[in-house]
Amino acid sequence: MIEEVGTSPEGDLIINVGPQHPSTHGVLHLVITLNGETVKNCEPHLGYIHRSIEKMCESLSYRQFIYVTSRMDYLSSHINNQGCSLTVEKALQIEVPERGKVIRVLMAELTRMASHLLWWGALGMDVGAFTPFFHAFREREVINDIMEETCGARLTMNYIVPGGVMYDIHPNFQQKVKDFITLFKSKIDEYDTLVTGNIIFQQRMKGVGYISGEDALSYGCTGPVLRASGVKCDIRKIAPYDGYEKVQFEEIIETGCDSYARYLVRMKELKQSLSIIEQLLDNIPEGEFQAKTKAVLKLPKGEFYSRVETARGEFGVYIISEGGLTPYRIKFRSPGFSNLSALHHMTKGSKLGDLVATMGTLDLVIPDIDR
Amino acid sequence: MFSLENLTHIIDHALNNTFNATIAMLIEMVIVGICAITLFAVLGLVLVFMERKVSAYMQIRLGPNRVGYKGLAQTAADTLKLVIKEGFTPDNADKFLFNLAPFLVMIIAMMLLAPIAFTKGLQMWDLNIGVLYLSAVSSVSVIGILMAGWASNNKYSLIGAMRSGAQIVSYELSAGLAVLTMIVFTGSLQISTIIASQQDGWWIFKGHIPAIISFVIFIIAVTAETNRAPFDMAEAESELTAGFHTEYSGMRFALFFLAEYVNIFIVCAIAATIYFGGWMPFHISHSIPFADLFNKGMDFIPGVLWFTGKTFALIFLIMWFRWTFPRLRIDQLLNLEWKYLLPIGMFNLLLATAIAILGWYF
Repeated sequence: MIEEVGTSPEGDLIINVGPQHPSTHGVLHLVITLNGETVKNCEPHLGYIHRSIEKMCESLSYRQFIYVTSRMDYLSSHINNQGCSLTVEKALQIEVPERGKVIRVLMAELTRMASHLLWWGALGMDVGAFTPFFHAFREREVINDIMEETCGARLTMNYIVPGGVMYDIHPNFQQKVKDFITLFKSKIDEYDTLVTGNIIFQQRMKGVGYISGEDALSYGCTGPVLRASGVKCDIRKIAPYDGYEKVQFEEIIETGCDSYARYLVRMKELKQSLSIIEQLLDNIPEGEFQAKTKAVLKLPKGEFYSRVETARGEFGVYIISEGGLTPYRIKFRSPGFSNLSALHHMTKGSKLGDLVATMGTLDLVIPDIDR
Repeated sequence: MFSLENLTHIIDHALNNTFNATIAMLIEMVIVGICAITLFAVLGLVLVFMERKVSAYMQIRLGPNRVGYKGLAQTAADTLKLVIKEGFTPDNADKFLFNLAPFLVMIIAMMLLAPIAFTKGLQMWDLNIGVLYLSAVSSVSVIGILMAGWASNNKYSLIGAMRSGAQIVSYELSAGLAVLTMIVFTGSLQISTIIASQQDGWWIFKGHIPAIISFVIFIIAVTAETNRAPFDMAEAESELTAGFHTEYSGMRFALFFLAEYVNIFIVCAIAATIYFGGWMPFHISHSIPFADLFNKGMDFIPGVLWFTGKTFALIFLIMWFRWTFPRLRIDQLLNLEWKYLLPIGMFNLLLATAIAILGWYF
C-alpha cells in the first residue's frame, strides 16, 4: 500500500484519482504514482461504495436476493438476475419453458447492446470526444423504452425470476424491437465514421494497454478483455444456458491484445447481439413464460454454482445452502473486479492520458467491483 | 467603399479643438478602453452562446433555449451567477499569484485586441509591427496559465500548467512560421498594409500552394495555442478534471473562461486578416471580364460584415474540431509539432520565398 498524499520516497508525484473524478466511471479510487507524465504505478483502492451485498443476501429469501443483484452491475442487471435464477433453478431442478428461455435471451442481448452502447459513449468521453456520448444515448434510449414497456423499469428491471420471467412480453414488444433493429442498422455506420475511423482515436488506442492472453488469463480477466487477447472464453459458447446453443452467432476473437482490439471486440459484439435478436424475435414459441414453482423456495442442502456471460465477462453465482429459507453463504464472481486488477499491468509505463483511455476500454462498472 | 475613417476623424478633431492635445489623447484612450472592455464582454457572451449552440447542434440537442428569447440571455445569466458566487482561494495557495493569474490572462487577451482591424478606420492601434506585436504578446499568456497552475497548490493544476507550457511554447513556432510565410508575400508587418495588399484578391487564393499549407498549419497551431480540443491538454477534463483552473471559482474562473473565447476570436481574426483579407470584400482580378462591376457590387457590403463573417466562419471551424475529435496524448501532440508541422512549415517558408522571388503568385 502506498501513501495517499505527497510524493513517494523516490520523489515521484502521488495523485489520488477519484473517488470523485470525471473519468473513473462512478467512484473508483486510484492512487497513481507519476513520474512527469508517465504512470509508474496505479493501485485501485476499493470500499468507497461497498454495500456488502453478499452479506445482505444471506438474510433474503431465494426470490428476494435476485433483486439486490440488479444493483451490482446496473448496466447488465438482466443478466445478473439471469445468473442468479439459473443457480436457483439448477438447485431445484426447475425446467424453464421454451418461451421463457427465448424471452430471457432476447432481454439479455438487448441489455448487452445497451451496455455496449453506453460503454462506447463513455469511452469517447475518456479520450476527450464528447459527441459520441449523445449519439450512443440516442439508441440506448430506445432500448430503455422497450424495457420500460415490458418490465416496468428502465435500468434495474428485476424481470427474470426463478422459473422463467415475471410477466409475458408487452404486445408491442416485437414491433418495437423491429423498429429498433432498423434504426440501429442505419446508425451503426455513423459510429464508425465518427470514432472508429478517426486517426486520433486510432492512435490513442493502437498499441496501448497491452496485455497478452497468458497474462490476461492469470489476472482472471474475462469477457471482451480476454477475447481481445485471443482467448476463447464466451460462456454462451463454452457452457450454453437458456438456449444459447440453438442460436447462430460468432464468438468475437481479436488478437491485438491492446485497447483497440478490446474496442473492436465490443463493436463487433453489438452486431452479433443484433443478429441473435433478429433470429429469435419472430420465433418466440407459444406457451407458458414461467414454470410452476412453489411460493416459497427452499434449496436443498449443498453447494450450487452457475455462470453467465454479462456484457463485461463471466458472472458467477455461488450459493451454499443449509436447506433453509435463505442462503447460508453467497458469493458473486463479478467480471469487473478481475478486469480492474489487470489495470496496473496494462498501464505501467504509459502516459497519464493512456491510463484513462485504457480504463475506458475495460468497461468498469464500480458497483459491480465494490459490492 | 464603406469606411469609418470620417467618423473617427470628426471625433479626433472635435476633441483636439476643445481640449489641449494631452487631454484629448487621454479622453481618446478612455473611449478606446471602454470600447475594448465592452467588446471583450460582448465577445465572451456571444462566443459562449455560439459554442453551446454549435455543440448542441453536433450532439443532437437543443442547447440553451429557455432564458430570454431563444435562450439568448443564457450566458448573461451564467455570468451573473458566476459574479455573485464565492471566489474561493485554497488554503495553501500562493494568494498573490493565485489572484493575479486570471487578470494577467485577461489583460493579455485585451491587449491582443489592439491591432485588429474591424473595418477601414476602425482599429485601435495600427502599429507598423502589428503581426510581430500579436505573436509577441500572445506568447505571454502562457505565464498566466503557469502562474495559475503553480499557485493553486493542486497537482492536477500543476500538471495541466506544465502541459500547457510545453504545448504553447512548441506550437508558437509553427504559428509564427506560418505567419512569416505570408509576410514574405505581403512584405509588411502592418495590419492595414496587409489588408490593403489583398485589394485584388485574398492571399489564400493569390499565394496558392504555400498559402494553403500555411493556413492549415496556422489553424492547427492556433487551436493548440488556445488550448482547444483536440489539443486541450491543459484542461483535459477526463484526465485532470479541469487542469490549470481546477481551483478557480466564481468570477476568477469566468475571467479564464472569457479570455479563452476572446483568444479564439483573436486568432481567428488574425487568420481572417492574413489569409482572407480582413475587412476587404471579395475582389477578383481586373483581367477577368466584368471584374470591376463585380468588385463594385461587393463593395456595397460593409467591411465589418466581411470581417465578422470570415472570423466567425473560422471560429465555427475551430468549434467543429472540438466537438468531433478525440484528444491527443501529450507525446503525440509534441510529435505532431516537432516532427511534422515545424519541418513542413520551414519547407513551406522556403517555397513561399522562392515563389515570391520568381513572382509566381498572382
